[in-house]
Amino acid sequence: MLYGMLFLPGGALFALALTWRPAIAPIPVPAPGSFPAGMVERGAVLARLGDCAVCHTADGGRPLAGGRALATPFGTLYSDNLTPDPETGIGTWSAEAFRRAMKDGVSRTGSHLYPALPYEHFTHVSDGDLDALYAFLMTRRPVRQKAPANRLIPPLGFRPLLAGWKMLFLHKGAIIVDPARSAEWNRGAYLVEGLGHCGGCHTPRNIAGGEVRSRAYAGGIAEGWRAPPLDRSNPAARGWTPDAIYTYLRTGISPDHSAAAGPMGPVVESLSAVPEEDVRAIATYIASRMAGADAGSPSRPTPDDPVRAARLFPEGATLYAGACAGCHGPGAPMMGQGRPALGLASALRDEVPTSAIQAILRGIEPPVAGRGPKMPPFADSLTDAQVAAVLGYARSRYTDRPAWSKLDRAVARARKESAQP
Amino acid sequence: MSATAQSKALARREVLAAGGLLVAFSFSARSLAQLAGGGEGGAAPKAIRPDLPGSLKSNPELDSWISIGPDGKATVFSGKVELGQGIRTALLQVAAEELDLPPSAITFITADTARAPDEGLTAGSHSMQDGGTALANAGANVRMLLTQAAARVWSIEPDQLTTTGDGHVAAPDGRRLSYGQLATRLSLHVEAVPDAPRRDPRQYRTMGKNFPRVDIPAKLVGGEAFVQDMRLPGMLHARVVRGPSYGTRLAAPKLAAARAMPGVVAVIENGDFLAVVARKEWQAIKAMRVAQESDYVRLLPPMPAADGPHHLQTMPSREIVVLDTHDGDRPAWKTVRGSFSRPWYSHGSIGPSCAVALAGDGGLTIWSHSQGVFDMHRAIAELVGLAPEKVRCIHTPSAGCYGQNGADDVTAEAGLIAMALPGHPIRLQWMREQEFGWEPCGCGMVTKVEAAIGPDKRIAHWTYEVWSNSHNTRAVKAGGYAVAQQVRPGFAPQEAKPIPMPEGDGDRNANPLYVFPNMNVLYHFVPEMPLRVSALRSLGAHLNVFTIESTLDDLARAGGVDPLAFRLAHMEDERARAVMIEAAGRFGWSHRSRPDGRRGCGMAFARYKNIGAYCAIVMEVEVERETGAIKVHRVNAAVDAGQPASPDGIRNQVEGGIIQSLSWATHEAVTFDATRRTSFDWGTYPIMRFRDVPGAIDVHVMDRPGLPFLGAGETSQGPTSAALANAVADATGVRLRDMPLTPEVVKAAIGLIG
Amino acid sequence: MTLTIHVNGTAHKVDADPETPLLYVLRDDLGLNGAKYGCGLGQCGACTVHLDGKAIFSCVTPVAAIGDRPVRTIEGLGSIEKMNPLQQAFLDEQAAQCGYCIAGMIMRAQALLDVNPAPTDAEIRAHMQPNLCRCGTHVRILRAINRVAGRPVRDVAA
Repeated sequence: MLYGMLFLPGGALFALALTWRPAIAPIPVPAPGSFPAGMVERGAVLARLGDCAVCHTADGGRPLAGGRALATPFGTLYSDNLTPDPETGIGTWSAEAFRRAMKDGVSRTGSHLYPALPYEHFTHVSDGDLDALYAFLMTRRPVRQKAPANRLIPPLGFRPLLAGWKMLFLHKGAIIVDPARSAEWNRGAYLVEGLGHCGGCHTPRNIAGGEVRSRAYAGGIAEGWRAPPLDRSNPAARGWTPDAIYTYLRTGISPDHSAAAGPMGPVVESLSAVPEEDVRAIATYIASRMAGADAGSPSRPTPDDPVRAARLFPEGATLYAGACAGCHGPGAPMMGQGRPALGLASALRDEVPTSAIQAILRGIEPPVAGRGPKMPPFADSLTDAQVAAVLGYARSRYTDRPAWSKLDRAVARARKESAQP
Repeated sequence: MSATAQSKALARREVLAAGGLLVAFSFSARSLAQLAGGGEGGAAPKAIRPDLPGSLKSNPELDSWISIGPDGKATVFSGKVELGQGIRTALLQVAAEELDLPPSAITFITADTARAPDEGLTAGSHSMQDGGTALANAGANVRMLLTQAAARVWSIEPDQLTTTGDGHVAAPDGRRLSYGQLATRLSLHVEAVPDAPRRDPRQYRTMGKNFPRVDIPAKLVGGEAFVQDMRLPGMLHARVVRGPSYGTRLAAPKLAAARAMPGVVAVIENGDFLAVVARKEWQAIKAMRVAQESDYVRLLPPMPAADGPHHLQTMPSREIVVLDTHDGDRPAWKTVRGSFSRPWYSHGSIGPSCAVALAGDGGLTIWSHSQGVFDMHRAIAELVGLAPEKVRCIHTPSAGCYGQNGADDVTAEAGLIAMALPGHPIRLQWMREQEFGWEPCGCGMVTKVEAAIGPDKRIAHWTYEVWSNSHNTRAVKAGGYAVAQQVRPGFAPQEAKPIPMPEGDGDRNANPLYVFPNMNVLYHFVPEMPLRVSALRSLGAHLNVFTIESTLDDLARAGGVDPLAFRLAHMEDERARAVMIEAAGRFGWSHRSRPDGRRGCGMAFARYKNIGAYCAIVMEVEVERETGAIKVHRVNAAVDAGQPASPDGIRNQVEGGIIQSLSWATHEAVTFDATRRTSFDWGTYPIMRFRDVPGAIDVHVMDRPGLPFLGAGETSQGPTSAALANAVADATGVRLRDMPLTPEVVKAAIGLIG
Repeated sequence: MTLTIHVNGTAHKVDADPETPLLYVLRDDLGLNGAKYGCGLGQCGACTVHLDGKAIFSCVTPVAAIGDRPVRTIEGLGSIEKMNPLQQAFLDEQAAQCGYCIAGMIMRAQALLDVNPAPTDAEIRAHMQPNLCRCGTHVRILRAINRVAGRPVRDVAA
């Protein structure tokens, strides 16, 4: 009995010991000139591919200086300052410390990082690329800015718990090259599985917040929007060819699909400015993951049955005519300018109505260079029931999919998730 | 015509026929400037009395301008129109001042072709110079006649009498006679005299004061203020049915289906001109949408999607020499070269164009927001086949137009529809995408400059070229309207012509006000227009000032001279020097912060057309190096507009011009592919919104009592874009020459380090 | 079809197709001039009115969606004789050039002031972002709103 009682605290201490990581000594802030220009340039491209600035920039704040609130099921986190400020940023981090953070999820001081930083993806990034990223970050202008304190649900703020999380969900190692596939595909795999961290949104997560690897790319959630499946269950009306994916990622809109909305907006903004071959590689890889998806041929017209839809959703028909048809209906200027018809929008065909709801509630801002599709928000003008009616109408008019059930509850839920943390 | 003028005209014809160089004339700047509205194109009214000031030249009778009722109240007529620039109030102040009446005692009527004097266009910043000058002198004439009438009644010398400011003439012993009583004793159907005594600026009651704008209150409470607010009994709603942009038409418009829509009373079909007319506005819109469900075809040559404004450099052109001076060879120490450009711009009026028209009794009345209702009534008369006196055009304000937007076209189209449905008031409203697609754009332009400074750090030579289409294609005949080539039988299009100097169009402000030796300035006028274009606020001055002022900064930097000092070293005009020194002083130029790769300061100057208002702009910017976004922290402006009628009115216009110019320079470009414009809504043609507006703008209006009015509506456009580019160059060391300076463009230019 | 909508405190019966955007009902059926047609696409804000206290684009809100919810237009804020504090501030600042956007601007700003009487400059700019002005009256508009917010008026010429 006595020995058992000794074992308990001993066991706990042992477990705690397993979570411990040593601090890496701070270094003097490297001089900006100490990195070759070519390395910095490559690092800039990699930073865009990884979308560092998207999470690490507060709304209206200095790029990469952190402070953006990230809502998770476990509470609200604030992103860290990645500028080379010695006190509030990563100015005293050595390259080794940076690599360890990205691959192991451990900060310079040895504390575990929350997987809001998707290190289960970044762990696959090569050392050479990490060094280039490091060179880029360390040559940014230092900004003195401390992020607000995280507000996590207790006891999830207890960082050592993350060691356990990592044991379950952090699978380290490089991406295996598949010799049966093209160089472009393999590069795409490297980018998507690593820096691109697409699975971070597009893969479902379990209750512990880890990705369900057996259902990779089966669809997920990001900031209240639905990240559609990028596997064979992708709901698009027309196939996502590599060309279509390329166009979408590069310009923010695919003529055979729809416009990038919600969290995809910043992603395509970044990808619009990286080398073309990288986006082609990503497109090739993603297209292959969607192989087997049931999509019609490009020439098959998409459904458009206003009579049936009006019968099923009479209120929706009226609302659609006054609120939506001015842009989405026949003879509307957008239609005359080659914008895709609603029947091509995956969000309308998906199992889950979330993205369609969010597009209506929040609207869409032009994804690339501030110029392109612009849709107003309807959150303040349409009630939950009205959004449900108009969506029900649109789904039954423009798709042959079964009606979504309990739509107004879904709208109410989506509205809550839209609220800022 | 004088012998000199004849020989000049002859020489020009021969030279044009030979397609060779045309030497610009040297008419005196003052005389040309005084052509009422003639400097902006449009059909200028004939000058009957060239010796009279402003628009009195073409309307010399006093009762064209002013009438005094038996109650002593005045009615004042003006051919100039309120475009949102505050001119109605400013002119009211001018008239009130010289008549020496309170503004509340005046009813002010603006351009109505049946009632008001023809003052040509309200454009080119001429309103104060021509309209204001006319009213000032007309008012002075009337006051003089009233004073003379009182003098006769009392048998006193007129110079003993004064006016009291409340509508009376007073004798030294206190006797008073009201304007009402005096007016019955005289006829105002007399021509003005050029030298009627003006009031002493030191005794101004109204002019030079910030009189609140008379049109603003209604706009704050939902009063009827715009042509869009007109509601006539039985009014029908019309919408045009057409292709996506100028030069296209619908391949198979669904007119039968539109005709069958509820509420539709007519479908107009006249050649390629199609319109639907319905009882309710929403019915008209729905019918239009049904009709528009069709592919389109392009009727004109493809648009230059590959090379944009540089395409002008490949097209046939007529060369116009703006300046060619030879002051002997000067050694060149540092040389600067560059090619600059701006894209085609949209006017971007917040309210798409609208007109209301009513035909009947052999006549046609149109309520229009055109800048040139006098041209409208003549040209539309030709279009619809009526005598000009049977067409009445009444200016009614709309949203800001900033030049020729869709206003003229919608006026003509409303007239056509009304003629097809006589007895029914027709309200024609262009849709947003139609305004973007069909209105004339501001000209895309290219410039090229090579200049050098000598060892004395003064300019040694200056070589400059500018490529542009005509900036003025306003309809003065039926053929000038877009619809004129759609109806059957159609009208031949108007020939596009350059506006001669000193006003100029593509070459406006290509002639620097500075004193440089060895100047060669050449205007490549390109008659063929890849995109439909016409006047946009400041015309060619925007790019020309951008080019000149950017080059001056580059030369100053090359010579190690402060940019302000460099400009002053080359500027002899005292008023120009004064605005530069004033703006720089208020900004704190001499102790401005050193550039650090992010923050920087820049300045620029221009005198609009070298005959308008003077304007100096100084600003501080910050470039976000990670994104290339430019934040303008603060702007200081100094403006000399002569005697201001309303100082606050000038400030309002200049503040607005600064923001508009910043938006042009950082955000805007009409986009197109080979067959149609692709900027059709605010998503595809973004303009500056609140987040990007400068932190602070300070406009100082110079105090110039009694000096002639100078138009200030277009004075800040050129200098602001130039000051921005200079500030960015100061901040980052990078010279950007092609507008718009979007974040992507800036980011690509400044690279990654820093 | 006859619908009843509540505008500026009064119930109005209108005979309109239920899908008609509120903008046209306000202007053509009720004769109110404030809300204006700028784009019909929900991109410029010239049509801004209040629905249940929130600023909305009346050009893309069908009248059928209104129901019982109260609508407020600029005519409901004040009149020429008696302007509300925000309208008065716009008048005092002479915050208008062509004036076409101004009714929409006032309605959008009023919606902010109704829930946040003392917003910061950054909050005001972010809130006003959906509304366009082409004449460049932004600085005066911000000054007018700042006046009502009781914040020190930022520089700009005396």
